[in-house]
Amino acid sequence: MIILPRLGGAGAPAETAHAETGAAASPDAPWTTVVHNDPVNLMSYVSYVFRTYFGYTDAMAERLMLDVHNKGRAVVSSGSREEMERDVHAMHGYGLWATMRQG
Amino acid sequence: MEGFEPFPGGAAIRLGPTEATLLRGLADQLVDLLATRGEHVEDPIAAIFEPGPSEPPADPVLARLFPDAYDGDADDAREHSAEFRRFTENDLRTRKRNDARALIADVDALGPGGGVLSLDAEDCRHWLGALNDLRLAVAVRLGILQEGDAEALYELPPDDDRVPTVIVYSWLNLLQDSLVETMMPENPREDDR
Repeated sequence: MIILPRLGGAGAPAETAHAETGAAASPDAPWTTVVHNDPVNLMSYVSYVFRTYFGYTDAMAERLMLDVHNKGRAVVSSGSREEMERDVHAMHGYGLWATMRQG
Repeated sequence: MEGFEPFPGGAAIRLGPTEATLLRGLADQLVDLLATRGEHVEDPIAAIFEPGPSEPPADPVLARLFPDAYDGDADDAREHSAEFRRFTENDLRTRKRNDARALIADVDALGPGGGVLSLDAEDCRHWLGALNDLRLAVAVRLGILQEGDAEALYELPPDDDRVPTVIVYSWLNLLQDSLVETMMPENPREDDR
């Protein structure tokens, strides 16, 4: 189970800090979670994570896993910043090297 | 060396005494290493409000287990990663510690002679997490940083100091790969043709 303790009030300062940076991307632009290739995680395990956590079909999970392996990274989900923080946290929980970015 | 086999409701594996000792030793080391990263707060409610560290770990194994969340080197990405880490790393560390401890408890329950270990679905998830963390830890210590590094290690001369660790690493691969195979959700493979 994922417990992300930043729900509620804890998230507010981050939003403020983000707005103050004046980043070029619009605040409403979706965020994405990117999983990066590493030479350690097993291909079977990466597929398992994509199927189990995201609920992707076997074919979809396999395609994303191969993208990570062959292209070095793959976008595995997109959504609001908070949703992506949840996904990145989950990926780190599985030991996958994941980051998030806007746009 | 045997891998995991499917077992009703979970998976099973036969562990010899040496394998059991080895696995327990590795998991012990992982628990010790995790303990070097911040104070552990036993009470789960208090733990939620205990801010975690904001800097990435200096130890390369811990840095791999607790990577930055935000992409890029820009100042705002670093700031966001630091804040994310403060709110999430304790939770992540607790889960990794619990996985390793579950593995240790299961191995201890076997006794010194080893034997057949039967894991239910929950045990399997702990083991899968612990085995992955152990593989990441051993890989960092072996210097496996990019594709091809592991293959080069398999070509080492037999008297190289790293050979025993390489054998452990490939054994952990076998354990994790066979375990994940038993855990794949039932879902008929779509026809590619």
